[in-house]
Amino acid sequence: MSDWLIYRTFLDLTVTGLALGAIYALVALGYTLVYGVLRLINFAHSEIFMVGTFATLITATNFIGIPLLEEGNYPYRTGFTLVAILLACIVGGMVVSGAGAVLLERVAYRPLRGSGEHVGAVVLAFTTAFTVSLVFSETTRTNVIIGLIGTAPIAVLYLRIFRRGRQAPRLAFLISAIGASTAIAEAVAIWSPRDREQYQTARVLEKKVLFEFLGTDVRIDYVLVVIGALLMMTALVLFVNRTRLGRGVRAVAQDVETAKILGVNVDFVILITFLLGGVMAGAAAMMFTLVYDQTRFNIGFLLGVKSFTAAVLGGIGNLRGALLGGFVLGLGENYGAAIFGGEWKDVIAFILLLVVLMFRPTGILGESLAKARV
Amino acid sequence: MSLSGTFKDLTSKPARAISGVGERIGEMPTVSRWSLIALFIVSMYLMPWWPEVPVLGWLVDTPGTSFEGVITDKVVIYVLVALGLNVVVGLAGLLDLGYVGFYAVGAYTVGVLSSQHANLPWLVCVPIAVLVSMAAGVILGTPTLRLRGDYLAIVTLGFGEIIRISANNAEWLGGSRGISKIAKPPNIGPLKFGILDAKPYFFLGLTFIIVVVFLLRRLENSRVGRAWNAVREDEDAAELMGVNTFKFKLWAFAIGAAIGGLAGTLYAGKVRFINPSNFPLQLSILFLAAVVLGGTGNMWGAILGGAVVAWMPERFRGFADKRVFVFGVALVLVMVFRPQGLIPRKIRKERWLVNWKPPESTPQSGEAEVGRG
Repeated sequence: MSDWLIYRTFLDLTVTGLALGAIYALVALGYTLVYGVLRLINFAHSEIFMVGTFATLITATNFIGIPLLEEGNYPYRTGFTLVAILLACIVGGMVVSGAGAVLLERVAYRPLRGSGEHVGAVVLAFTTAFTVSLVFSETTRTNVIIGLIGTAPIAVLYLRIFRRGRQAPRLAFLISAIGASTAIAEAVAIWSPRDREQYQTARVLEKKVLFEFLGTDVRIDYVLVVIGALLMMTALVLFVNRTRLGRGVRAVAQDVETAKILGVNVDFVILITFLLGGVMAGAAAMMFTLVYDQTRFNIGFLLGVKSFTAAVLGGIGNLRGALLGGFVLGLGENYGAAIFGGEWKDVIAFILLLVVLMFRPTGILGESLAKARV
Repeated sequence: MSLSGTFKDLTSKPARAISGVGERIGEMPTVSRWSLIALFIVSMYLMPWWPEVPVLGWLVDTPGTSFEGVITDKVVIYVLVALGLNVVVGLAGLLDLGYVGFYAVGAYTVGVLSSQHANLPWLVCVPIAVLVSMAAGVILGTPTLRLRGDYLAIVTLGFGEIIRISANNAEWLGGSRGISKIAKPPNIGPLKFGILDAKPYFFLGLTFIIVVVFLLRRLENSRVGRAWNAVREDEDAAELMGVNTFKFKLWAFAIGAAIGGLAGTLYAGKVRFINPSNFPLQLSILFLAAVVLGGTGNMWGAILGGAVVAWMPERFRGFADKRVFVFGVALVLVMVFRPQGLIPRKIRKERWLVNWKPPESTPQSGEAEVGRG
């Protein structure tokens, strides 16, 4: 009897682990893509994910008008409405996260590559003026106005400095990323209506058991998340392998200089890479809110660290590696937590990484965004 | 490409001005040089009284919190940590994202030995804690230093997290409640280490910093320092030239860890109560930001960076809850406009190239120049 119980628990853990792993995998794709092309840990990717969860929240509550989770009274929808709402939410998350990632690249990374341009200069100038105005004024509206007034002259100045065009050392990118990550998370914490508190998200999908598998209940949201992640993943691999732009991405991942000589628009390819990563993070964000029904300004950090771990585990720069790493990490964490206790969950994740890297120093599948087989 | 980059950096105005200061001090007669250094050190010891100086005071004072508290609780410790991390990241070029782990090991060793399980005095705990942190560095380094670059980064990040969570879960280490009643440093003459006066702690910390700076300078200019340089610039080439890269990387890790541990002992002795939430992962990242902000690989840069990162959020308490946001924006701006850090490292290669004259014109002096570089 107890054997049977262990077996059932094991299956339960597998199901939840796969769902968690799918979210890790989607976020890990963003890390892996950017790393493959730029050799850069995009530390702010976790905040892109966080912004995505807020985007799905806003899409559902403000645009579609679904009331938030109330006590025992969920605003469940069914049929076509449900599908439409879920699609709208995922699209909302993808659009906002994608745009966020692109903006991040232009503001925090491109100037460091020595090819900063007007969008980055303008956003950076606005941010500067806005931040400085915080000294003088408490009201956000005044801050925004001062920020807007200051934008033009500061942007002109920034553009002139950008024109010097030199490549920064690698660590500078990392610190810029950390700065951007801090600023984004804090901005959400400060200027969202409920400050630093946790937000419940609208729960439109009734989480009923879809089917039983060997005596284990498989909930519908888990199934959706895993299938959704696999679909997104397939689309991404097809894009990178089959399209012209995808070929550009692979070319830049192989050798930036040669790609440039052969006529690849490197800056554009990098932009596309960030966009793809952002879109994946947006999808992951929607799935996260689907399963966990909540978000907060600081959920990004730990999830980002874990997802990056997943990317490294599978072999960073390798798309399939990210997927595999995500699932391995999700499952490993879940099993480990069941054996050693939930408080050791994160320790187990990192020890798993250590053990894998000891035997496979470049991850399970190795690094290979550059190679034709992704 | 990197060569043209270095030339450009050298010719940029601020870089030239700052590297000029160091050179000019170096070229001074010994007496004036030493008196200048002595003056500098004395002015550092007078830091608790800085807010009373007219213009300087307005610049540095931290409205809302006591300046003394800020420089003892944060600045001194951050500077010490930045110096240690600079050995790992700046000198040996190993990206360490879990440095807070060593800091925690140092603090916890003092906690365990002076309060939790024994009653040793603080001064006895310090060398033990430094050795234990060093051992932690070796234990972490031995299996992981085979990894390169970003793999190392994520593994060290994991290490920092493992230390914190283990401390949180192990009742032997006080669990999430932490350790209280940690021993304080012994009184030295008129310096009474109590809760009323923060100055003695500051003087102690500053003395630690000066000793560490002195030792690190010796190390940097030694065979070890040159080996670190070689490993950082090109690990494979260093290996080929006969540098035992693994050994020197491990040394960098151990020495960095020891300094981190030292900072931890100082922290534990000052606050006298530690718990796992004092050592979050974000602190590691803040430490790294300090090193890179100041100028990776430059000791003065690390000192400045540590001080700025510790002091800035306190200086701008006027921003209240927005100061972390301001800090993030400031990090991006500094990196965008000064990616080498506030005080960039002087690379010998640059000076060598700039001073170098073609040997055809003046063979002897040309050779001498090369030798000097």
